[in-house]
Amino acid sequence: MSSVAPVDLPTGEGRDDSSFEEAARDTKSSRIKRRLTSPWATAAAIAIAVVWTIPTFGLFISSFRPAELIQTTGWWTIFQNPGFTLDNYRDVLFSPSQSAPQLGAYFVNSLAIAIPATIFPLVIACMAAYAFAWIKFRGANVLFILVFALQIVPLQMALVPLLQFFSSWLRPLQVGLHNLIPIIPEQNYLPVWIAHTIFALPLAIFLLHNFIHEIPGDVIEAARVDGASHSQIFFRIVLPLAIPAIASFAIFQFLWVWNDLLVALIFSGGTQDVAPLTQRLAELVGSRGQDWQRLTAGAFVSLVVPLIVFFSLQRFFVRGLLAGSTKG
Amino acid sequence: MTTADLLGKILQVVMGLAVFAAIVGLLVFFIDRAPKKGRDYWQLVGFLAPAIILLAIGLIWPAIRTTGLAFLDNSGNFSWDNFIWMFTQPAAIRTLINTVVWVLLVPTLATALGLAYAVFIDKSRGERYYKALVFMPMAISFVGAGIIWRFVYEYRAGEREQIGLLNAIVTGLGGEPVQWLQTDPLNTFLLIVVMIWIQTGFAMVVLSAAIKGIPAEQIEAAQLDGTNPWQRFTNVTVPGIRGSLVVVLTTISIATLKVFDIVRTMTAGNFNTSVVANEMYTQAFRASEVGRGSALAVILFLLVLPIVIYNVNVLRKQREIR
Repeated sequence: MSSVAPVDLPTGEGRDDSSFEEAARDTKSSRIKRRLTSPWATAAAIAIAVVWTIPTFGLFISSFRPAELIQTTGWWTIFQNPGFTLDNYRDVLFSPSQSAPQLGAYFVNSLAIAIPATIFPLVIACMAAYAFAWIKFRGANVLFILVFALQIVPLQMALVPLLQFFSSWLRPLQVGLHNLIPIIPEQNYLPVWIAHTIFALPLAIFLLHNFIHEIPGDVIEAARVDGASHSQIFFRIVLPLAIPAIASFAIFQFLWVWNDLLVALIFSGGTQDVAPLTQRLAELVGSRGQDWQRLTAGAFVSLVVPLIVFFSLQRFFVRGLLAGSTKG
Repeated sequence: MTTADLLGKILQVVMGLAVFAAIVGLLVFFIDRAPKKGRDYWQLVGFLAPAIILLAIGLIWPAIRTTGLAFLDNSGNFSWDNFIWMFTQPAAIRTLINTVVWVLLVPTLATALGLAYAVFIDKSRGERYYKALVFMPMAISFVGAGIIWRFVYEYRAGEREQIGLLNAIVTGLGGEPVQWLQTDPLNTFLLIVVMIWIQTGFAMVVLSAAIKGIPAEQIEAAQLDGTNPWQRFTNVTVPGIRGSLVVVLTTISIATLKVFDIVRTMTAGNFNTSVVANEMYTQAFRASEVGRGSALAVILFLLVLPIVIYNVNVLRKQREIR
């Protein structure tokens, strides 16, 4: 959020309820009813909530219906045409046939891409953010503003040259690795990891810097006077204090990578070796757009992780989102 | 996927993390062992270099190079051909027009809906659940959203029963089923609906937080002056959340400019639905027209540029205050 016109939004610790926590109201505001609502407003709110939920709900119901029922009847007729099955999920996840989606492998890929692609930029950005916040040097301001501006540059600006760069410089390394350890395919995760790491940095540095900058200066000064080196201060003081910001960004970045299609399309090669779920799903829509029983189950396989993260870590996710909504 | 494949994948992740940890460890080791003379300088380099090097290789240099590629024709000579193509070919012009329509509609409608919803549910019972329902699409991938909505727009020919919700409603009201995603220009608006569906939750969460930040005294004073709810909304609430409104609008605008996955998943840009970000991908990576793809990327950058400049100015003012 602060990445666009960093205004002072109530997104900080303990004074927001953007995490859906009812904030403690002062007695004054509870005394006066300042609700702008009326029965009409409530009705409108319920209508919006229903309209917003129905599409997902319909797909969810359909994913448990037998294929022939999905193809011939609407999901809202579930009571007239009852049928419940787990076959769709079994088919997309475990079916050994070559024509099946075989999402199991892609699910592993999504995880194998998202976890390192969250950790790498976090560590590098933490170090850079610390340097910007607590090491004085000439040109710090200009450099910082440049990094800030980079987060709004569209990814499309970088894709073609970066791909060329990878194919000439990273390819030999990948082939060498494959020859060294045959179990690792020539198509491996390296390009996707590196691309995601680079694209995450501007936002991560900006976000973490805002937080690390707020650490009281006397704490750092005292440690300096005691003769602590920068790396000691970084690991022993700054990192532990920055945990909330790190958690927010980590969740935001994880979901971002998990849900990404563009970077995967360009840097993954599109095989079972590397491609994530989103890419496989997009392929299925393109080639088998009428296999609704597969698409519905497949879509939910890809949604399950984001939804779990969303409902369990809503608070952090909202904060990360507010801070990093302009990424990409 | 065989067991060997799975092992290979796990091994890659473990090795990747281990190598990364080793590099960072080495770096920290050298930062600590920096020579006495110019120690601060070496430490600064150690902390900053990884990020700056990566950004230079992966963003700054490629962006400059893309700009260069946009001005080259296929034989590698300087020319304006790519831009001439963009503003003279009907298909390319249509892409630009679609993008403008997207950017006009999505931010305004999503923000308006999000604001209305935030006001409606403010202080109602079960506010959390109301919020979660509308906010949920934000966690879903655009690809997933595309599939969800393709199912809503599904068309069945002839007298067969409709399985797409929208056509079921149309036929239920006695109308003829429509091939929604193939009907130009209606299809672009239906894709825009998907983006609005995703972004409304974001607008709602931010604006709801902003509304709760308005001091109760202001509302109270307005009430004592005998205003009705609508006057209170326009004269107290809206001015009170102006900053957040700007943020939400610009944020959604940027996201909309870069919209790619929705178009890719739902129509692949066919039937006159393509937008700049999707066309860029198609030209550069499908049609091997690198110059045209680069030119489209440059256009995208130019569209975002005013927002970049505005934000940099805000940031500079903030840093001067510090």
